[in-house]
Amino acid sequence: MRLVLHIWRQAGPAARGAFVRYEVPDVSPDMSFLELLDVLNERLVAGKDEPVAFDHDCREGICGACGVVINGRPHGPQRATTACQLHLRRFADGDEIWIEPWRARAFPVVKDLVVDRGAFDAMVQAGGFITARTGSAPEANAIPVPKRDADRAMDAAACIGCGACVAACPNASAMLFVAAKASHLGSLPQGQPERYSRVVRMVDAMDAAGFGACTNHGECMAACPKEISLDVIAQLNRDLIRATIMPPREGKSWVGSA
Amino acid sequence: MDLRANIPDGPIEQKWERHRFEMRLVNPANKRKFEIIVVGSGLAGASAAASLAELGYRVSCFCFQDSPRRAHSIAAQGGINAAKNYQNDGDSVWRLFYDTVKGGDFRSREANVHRLAEISVDIIDQCVAQGVPFAREYGGLLANRSFGGAQVSRTFYARGQTGQQLLLGAYQALSRQIGLGQVTMYPRTEMLDLVVIDGKARGIVVRDLVTGRIRSHAAHAVVLATGGYANVYFLSTNAKGCNVTATWRAAKRGALFANPCFTQIHPTCIPAHGPHQSKLTLMSESLRNDGRIWVPQQQGDARRPGDIPDAERDYYLERLYPSFGNLVPRDVASRRAKDMCDAGHSVVPQGHGVYLDFRDAIQRLGRPAIAERYGNLFEMYQRITGENPYEVPMRIYPAPHYTMGGLWVDYNLMSNLEGLHVIGEANFSDHGANRLGASALMQGLADGYFILPYTIGDYLAQATLPPVDATHAAFRQVEAEVNERTARLLGVNGSTSVDGFHRQLGRLMWDRCGMSRNRDGLEQAIVAIRELRERFWQDVYVGGKGEDLNQALERAGRVADFLEFAEVMCEDALHREESCGGHFREEYQTPDGEAKRDDSRFSYVAAWEWKGAGAAPQLHQEPLAFEHVHLAQRSYK
Repeated sequence: MRLVLHIWRQAGPAARGAFVRYEVPDVSPDMSFLELLDVLNERLVAGKDEPVAFDHDCREGICGACGVVINGRPHGPQRATTACQLHLRRFADGDEIWIEPWRARAFPVVKDLVVDRGAFDAMVQAGGFITARTGSAPEANAIPVPKRDADRAMDAAACIGCGACVAACPNASAMLFVAAKASHLGSLPQGQPERYSRVVRMVDAMDAAGFGACTNHGECMAACPKEISLDVIAQLNRDLIRATIMPPREGKSWVGSA
Repeated sequence: MDLRANIPDGPIEQKWERHRFEMRLVNPANKRKFEIIVVGSGLAGASAAASLAELGYRVSCFCFQDSPRRAHSIAAQGGINAAKNYQNDGDSVWRLFYDTVKGGDFRSREANVHRLAEISVDIIDQCVAQGVPFAREYGGLLANRSFGGAQVSRTFYARGQTGQQLLLGAYQALSRQIGLGQVTMYPRTEMLDLVVIDGKARGIVVRDLVTGRIRSHAAHAVVLATGGYANVYFLSTNAKGCNVTATWRAAKRGALFANPCFTQIHPTCIPAHGPHQSKLTLMSESLRNDGRIWVPQQQGDARRPGDIPDAERDYYLERLYPSFGNLVPRDVASRRAKDMCDAGHSVVPQGHGVYLDFRDAIQRLGRPAIAERYGNLFEMYQRITGENPYEVPMRIYPAPHYTMGGLWVDYNLMSNLEGLHVIGEANFSDHGANRLGASALMQGLADGYFILPYTIGDYLAQATLPPVDATHAAFRQVEAEVNERTARLLGVNGSTSVDGFHRQLGRLMWDRCGMSRNRDGLEQAIVAIRELRERFWQDVYVGGKGEDLNQALERAGRVADFLEFAEVMCEDALHREESCGGHFREEYQTPDGEAKRDDSRFSYVAAWEWKGAGAAPQLHQEPLAFEHVHLAQRSYK
């Protein structure tokens, strides 16, 4: 099949970017979307042109490295599918495809389709963890966890940190990402001691990184390749309100303050 | 060279405990004076970096990905073994130890494996405390499932994403230490060489993958946690970035590379579809519980699978192995699929593949039951192939998946180069010639959380380590060599792309040093690799600049290293005149085609010393003694 690609090319963070048109005349519908970019790059290299830079690694939808906006949609048209798992049979012969990087102030473009998602790491560093020193853990079955809670934690923990939620959001908010982590850890008994401080610290880090606020568009959930539910944002908001309206007095625990 | 494994004395079940007592400690106030470099942020690297930082060491951690959370451990699906015996089915540390040594076809170190089995229980405790959402029963306690190579249910799992969840646990522990300032994280930074001063590893030279800047980092000890080398085959289930560079550069600085020919080929992967294939996708081994593997009896049968009657199908695993059937171990299932395709029974036009058919299971159990068990896998298969496995059989073929070989380490996980520690898949230590399912995650976390943090302290407490920093002449020298190499790669300016060379190498290795090997093939491969390497340095085209984000340059360096490493891999496969685990030499098989070990000649670890370009590597042997596990031939008939 023949495809016409319009790809965002940008030499560096400070450079001006633009769409460049490429024609790929003979690709197979069985190829993955990233293999399409591989083929294009091989052609560019053969002509001693600079290949298109894009992030990718596992190519099985779990590492979260890949991610480009395809015809206006993060990761492209297929539900619950990362760009690496998207295949060309989803397109028709002769289609024009517009490919651009995530666009958000907190994700500056590094080069072409590569962006800097370090802000996600910064939010986890601020509080997206349970403090449990190596060696200090009690016997694993000492604290039973209701299956429902464990399943809910797992649903939220499935986040791959790709950033599609930010790219989809009209406000470039990272709320789904933060809320997924807060819900994952906050749904488990092990996560209770830091539940409220975690939410405050992660949300503060989100604001500091330049992400926008959540205004409940729900675009994030539609774009999420792991189908993380908006419910996690509701849980985050609830915990955040509780943490800010009823902060614990000195020496009191968060849990006891309710 | 005297290879000393430094296995502690005493009964095997007391070795580790006694050793922990006998190891020297670093005073808490002195720990902050020591700097440790950890390269890699997968299960082993992230857990080690976090644990060392918690102890008070100053840690620098490096990864080539844009975030430490993306290391390839994240892709592990199945689970992690631990001898908890929660199922009351007779599991024990001793049984896990026994199964692992036997599963490795008697080519691993007993003392290491016993320690691994002991520590397995602590790993589960630690991960649960971190919030890893393992599967649970309705009563709230942890669930288990069974896995290949064991008769007990000891595998803990988090849906089909166990590796992801364990890695996020380690990543979050690491992130906490980064936030506290105990770890300095360097993402998008690739180690390009090791710096050895007075015989001790004292630092690394790295390239900042965004700016292209070459920089040095000095430390008191270096830890490599850089994974395996299955991408030597180009097509594998590994992530595209996985590479041998860190361990190979260390090997070129004097570290020994052990058992490089021990590679694991996973039987159930989606076959390659065409010349542009960039990687292969694993389908969980669990599918073999209900799927039946077959090929048409008639060579080149072009009929659709549904049109081939049962009488004209060959369910070859059921025919050859009546008692284990479709559930034979990975190495056996893989090799038989290859035999069938080589004999002309492939079900992929112009390619290789066999059927994995769920027709009978769907008839017996109903479609909803199969969807409940394998729904997400079926969906993934359909997404990639466009075929609906509820209606037509899956087509599968084996693919390189894991590498048991790696840098040689002693019981303390230190290589023969003092101060260079190697953990996780990057070392050779615990899986022998074949790794059992759900054991890779266990080993990575055992090394990182519970072994290295003790043993590295023992090293630092007694080593004489004069202060050095990155201005030392040795760093300048290595930096110059790295810069010179980058300039050379860019300067060839030939006409073949980096991937073009990588594909050629991969094809060669797959054909000659893949699922089965023989003397002629390996000898030809060694000649062909040398020729390919020469052509690479005459004709590769990289393009772009060194001082920029340049992904072709990154790959070029890795492929150049694979081109050197592949030769040692073939040398190892050539010298090991026996078949064991993933290493199948066609000349050494039983009359019915099974692997034939030679314990009298090859019961040792083969550790190879680099002797310079063009010279043959030198073999060193570490003999293996089996005092607790009875040496036996595996049989699955």
